[in-house]
Amino acid sequence: MQIIKDREIVEDNWLHLDDEAELAAGNITISLSRWQEQHEKLENHEGGLGIRLSGDDPLEEVIPDLARFSLVVLIFPAFTDGRCYSYARLLRDRYDFKGEIRAQGDVLHDQLFYMAQCGFNSFELANPKRLTNALTAFDDFSESYQTTVLRPEPLYRRR
Amino acid sequence: MYQYDKYDQTMVDQRVAQFRDQTRRFLAGELTEEQFRPLRLANGLYIQIHAPMLRIAVPYGMMSSVQVRKIADVARRYDKGFVHFTTRTNFQMNWPKLEDVPEILAELATVQMHAIQTSGNDIRNTTTDQFAGILADEVEDPRPWAEIIRQWSTFHPEFAYLPRKFKIAIIGTKEDRAATQLHDIGLRIVKNKDGDVGFEVLVGGGLGRTPVIGVQIRPFLEKEDLLSYLEAILRVYNRLGRRDNKYKARIKITVREHGINHIRELVEAEWVQIREQLKLDQKEIDRVKAFFTEPEYDASAAEDTSFEAMQADSEEFARWVKQNTFKHKIPGYKAVYVSLKKPGLAPGDITSEQLEVVADLADEFSLGEVRATHTQNLVLADVKQGDLYALWLRLSAEELATPNINTLTDIICCPGLDYCGLANATSIPLSKQIAERFDDQDYLHDLGDIKIKFSGCMNGCAHQSVGHIGILGVDKKGEEWYQFTLGGSAEEDASIGERLGKAIPKEDVVDTVGHLLDAYVDLRHEDESFLATVRRVGVDPFKERVYADN
Repeated sequence: MQIIKDREIVEDNWLHLDDEAELAAGNITISLSRWQEQHEKLENHEGGLGIRLSGDDPLEEVIPDLARFSLVVLIFPAFTDGRCYSYARLLRDRYDFKGEIRAQGDVLHDQLFYMAQCGFNSFELANPKRLTNALTAFDDFSESYQTTVLRPEPLYRRR
Repeated sequence: MYQYDKYDQTMVDQRVAQFRDQTRRFLAGELTEEQFRPLRLANGLYIQIHAPMLRIAVPYGMMSSVQVRKIADVARRYDKGFVHFTTRTNFQMNWPKLEDVPEILAELATVQMHAIQTSGNDIRNTTTDQFAGILADEVEDPRPWAEIIRQWSTFHPEFAYLPRKFKIAIIGTKEDRAATQLHDIGLRIVKNKDGDVGFEVLVGGGLGRTPVIGVQIRPFLEKEDLLSYLEAILRVYNRLGRRDNKYKARIKITVREHGINHIRELVEAEWVQIREQLKLDQKEIDRVKAFFTEPEYDASAAEDTSFEAMQADSEEFARWVKQNTFKHKIPGYKAVYVSLKKPGLAPGDITSEQLEVVADLADEFSLGEVRATHTQNLVLADVKQGDLYALWLRLSAEELATPNINTLTDIICCPGLDYCGLANATSIPLSKQIAERFDDQDYLHDLGDIKIKFSGCMNGCAHQSVGHIGILGVDKKGEEWYQFTLGGSAEEDASIGERLGKAIPKEDVVDTVGHLLDAYVDLRHEDESFLATVRRVGVDPFKERVYADN
């Protein structure tokens, strides 16, 4: 599957494992509950480890183990559910997460600009046919008033 | 007033380009209605009964005469030549074509106007007192702060998909003309005991189907911490607010379900983490304040004697002065209401021709500025008393001088079933009938301050739950019925109105208002207002009068 990562269309090299699926070597993502149940078993995992969270999952429970993950997948059950915008910002600003933050689920062209400002850097679009078109969304606005992950200084300090 | 620099203008222009592309993709079938919906809502565009409805922002109610002329022009070319002012001090066009909307927005952008976040589950237009900057008892002018909030809230990337809409109001006086206790966040500029100026912060107020009076979350917030504290509240709400039921998604419910103490703990804990990063620079505060400095008033304005003479000469003029003007901090100046409540016309409506006259009058008499009020009128805030008579004549000629501000016929009314896809019942035709029935000026002035607020559905756009008399349209098996409430107030003594009794059929609504007024006249003590009478005697005596026949 193709995704957008760092503003480029790339082949995805991660496997999102269902809770029932057997663990396999390589780059895998797992749910928070699976991590909590099987973290000992996953200690010697060969390959990258990523965790999937939705707005229902308490972000703070993941933080002590954050260094263990190179990918955090934030899930949008509907594009109108904006909780994970706050999660992405907290991961970057407060918990200094340097790995990949990916938007998954109902991820659409018109939300990409805001998502990127909040710290997402990869995107699994709900409609993968429109990836090329969607690349333009990151440039919808050349400025933001606010302090964002991409622009840590508010506009008023640049004026 | 605030003027865009290249940054502000670029963002608004880029927004127009973005929406033009979104509209194109929708019309080409690349976006579903469901996907287009929040995008158009974030640009103020609803799909209504007859046509799309476009709501355009008037940040904290301030307009220049140039902007007012552009509004007139756009309404004439793209709509039916009139607009409707709302309780959020915005205005609406009821008949634009969907494919024209990007062009309308492009036109408005040329005069620094936009429709950004006038709908949708985002931070809406911040409102304030229509007399901001001209009040003698003001701690500080709230408009620079409203502008700072406007910039912070515009395209805030983290808060574009909140659980529900989010409204902020700010005032600078004890008197509350902006209903701060009925907003998601209410801000009051206050002075603490050390003499420092800051904000008292209220949270969790709101109208709609569950009206709630807001509670204090912080008694005093230093000015430079304004944005960090707002951001902390919004982040807590974005994470905690309910997403499973849109009727329980406003922050008033979040506060009720978790308790104000818990919410305060969460907000303060969040705030500590972001306070330093988001501290406002004095330089920025000064930059914005520089747009709202006091104009050069005429020091000799009070020397005019024609004003007194003309009032003695013309009873009509004197009545208009009494009812439709407001005190100004500078001797010899007044603020003037332009009444958009002529009986028989839809409350809050104004034609393109009238808008152009108002723009001319603003240039001639009031420093080129016009303000919108949450009561759906306009204000010319800086008029010399010596100019009032000439202004009155010109407003009268345009039917904009009905001397009814704060009287029974100054009704706040939503568009209702005639225009709105959400409404259950008509509101405008009935409010017109009420205004026509009780149009006798002596009677109106004898009744004094009575606020009727009339909404066509539970969403409560006309704030009926805080009307002295609130009227709410409900649908009962396909018929329109009306639920009355009494004793509400949106001001510093805010209260939620109490239900009068069972709903009233449509044909009895005007008579019911008559019964309530008769009861008031019988019950009142000398000089006692309608609201004070209701509060003293309760709803029962009114109820008996209204339901006596049944």
